[in-house]
Amino acid sequence: MKKYSLNMLLVVFAIGLLLAAHFRMIDGYIQIVVMTIGINIMMSTSLNLVNGNMGEFTCGHAAFMCVGAYISSILSVFCFGTKFGDPLLPAASVVIVFPIILLIGGAVAAISSLLVSVPSFKTRDDYLAIISIAVNYMVISAIENMDFVGGSRGFQGMKDTVWAMTDVLDGPWMLFWVINFTVFAVWVIRRFISSTYGKGVNAIRQDEVAAEIMSVNTNKIKIINFMVAAGLAGCAGGLYAHIIGYVNPQSFNILKSTEALVMVYLGGMGSLSGAIISAIIFTCLLEVLRSQAIIDALLSPVTFIFPDWEPSAGVIKWVMIPLLLVIVMQFRSEGIMGNRELGDVFPKLKKFYRFK
Amino acid sequence: MMAQTQIQTESTPVLEVRDLTQRFGGLTAVNDFNVKLMPGELSGLIGPNGAGKTTIFNLVSGFYQPTDGQIFVDGIPTAGLKPHKVTALGAARTFQNIRLWNDMTVLDNIRVAQHYQLGYGFFHAIVRSKRYRAREEQVAKEAEELLDVFDLKRHAEELPKNLPYGTQRKLEIARALSSHPKLLLLDEPAAGLNSADAKELIRLIRWIHETFHVTIWMIEHHMDVMMELCTQIKVIDFGETIAEGSAEHVRNHPAVMTAYLGDENI
Repeated sequence: MKKYSLNMLLVVFAIGLLLAAHFRMIDGYIQIVVMTIGINIMMSTSLNLVNGNMGEFTCGHAAFMCVGAYISSILSVFCFGTKFGDPLLPAASVVIVFPIILLIGGAVAAISSLLVSVPSFKTRDDYLAIISIAVNYMVISAIENMDFVGGSRGFQGMKDTVWAMTDVLDGPWMLFWVINFTVFAVWVIRRFISSTYGKGVNAIRQDEVAAEIMSVNTNKIKIINFMVAAGLAGCAGGLYAHIIGYVNPQSFNILKSTEALVMVYLGGMGSLSGAIISAIIFTCLLEVLRSQAIIDALLSPVTFIFPDWEPSAGVIKWVMIPLLLVIVMQFRSEGIMGNRELGDVFPKLKKFYRFK
Repeated sequence: MMAQTQIQTESTPVLEVRDLTQRFGGLTAVNDFNVKLMPGELSGLIGPNGAGKTTIFNLVSGFYQPTDGQIFVDGIPTAGLKPHKVTALGAARTFQNIRLWNDMTVLDNIRVAQHYQLGYGFFHAIVRSKRYRAREEQVAKEAEELLDVFDLKRHAEELPKNLPYGTQRKLEIARALSSHPKLLLLDEPAAGLNSADAKELIRLIRWIHETFHVTIWMIEHHMDVMMELCTQIKVIDFGETIAEGSAEHVRNHPAVMTAYLGDENI
């Protein structure tokens, strides 16, 4: 029983969170922050699979999020919305169909990852980074030019699906799905990467030539690894779209990809627990620095010298966070966790969880 | 002599290379190279630096596609096969500079090298199916056995980069053997070893040859290692075969002396 205490603690925490949200003990804002943390965990852990475990530098991860977001949004509006005419499915089926819609979004995103994984057979490093940025732009530009999904004006109507869910049973449905999909993402990644099959990914990072010669089908492993990463990012995109109720191609631009990159590098390359921790820290930091009072307090020595300067939180936030990254890279370049997991740093912790 | 010819006609050669030619642009790295290795043979390939020895190994292991000629591993042509397929056919190799996966434990190094016979895919790994558990157990068992016979078991959970150089060499050979090869290609196994370690290596290679019933083909610069181990030696220079035969024959061959020491007339 002791072995599962951490797992139990997480389950209790998740149920407590859902109950608190249901009985309005935490307000909508906190819920949004918690859901953003979940989405960011999915983004950073999935990107970590490519950048950390496989050692390929890609910086267009938001492209797959975008594909997933749009595919699941369109499906969701077709099935339960009124935008394209009458809903295809009865509103009561939404509870079963919604996760399937998200998974389809993820699957299409996974297929779109071939745009990066096939070039990765022959190119590496900087060249692949450029390809991934190109794919990011391709996806955004393609959607901006699709008028039937709103083009650059964005796409909405997914709230119908969320309302359909609350009609079936009143409750914090999106929070429920975010928690489930986050756990699903971490579970998939953990199982994949800890199998001998998935360790081929680590072998590719450390020595691709040796991996190929020691009978690892490097091309196939690369395709699968990219697909898992992109698929989970696609699911994250679908969730994001349904939480906000509106998607715009520009919300998945290079800045979003960079956010995911920052989280991976902050957490430590190739460390799953590092990616989770840094996603939590990063999201909280973003929210905390939105507060004008905190920004004013932090900058009070500067504003004391230059009284005319009135820093705005929205702008200064993007000075503070990159600065944090610079500081982390300067003094702890391997990130918070290095390439170790939480259990390696605190060996005693291993007694309290089983995570397979 | 008769008996030996009979055996040779009956069994397929582990490696057969016919008229192998490799050109890189204008440079002919390997020209009309032929070799036939019968099961159980332990032979060598020598030549001065840049003679094309490693190129031949790269061709056999599928890294390059030859410009001309054919390669058969255990009677199966390897033309167009990716290196991982060639390894699955039964030709494993080591590298001139050690190429272990340094951030993976010694045990994992051996385990990952069994990818060709894993027999399960992504979905099995995710749902941890019965087949996954059975295969994973088998792979772990084989890896541990191999570490045991190589006397590496006490290092199982260590990272290869923390091991002494000689042990790393040993581990690399063990890793190559974990894919159950019929043919083991050793690319300068004694490179960087001192004479005591080299003696140890000679014992190791001989022991592997006897225990694993594997055909070994090796490149080496240490002539004493070659003389000690190899029954047959081929000498190449500038991609051309200049001599072949027993160690003694090759050592005193005039063409070999010229290739290594230069022409005495100059």
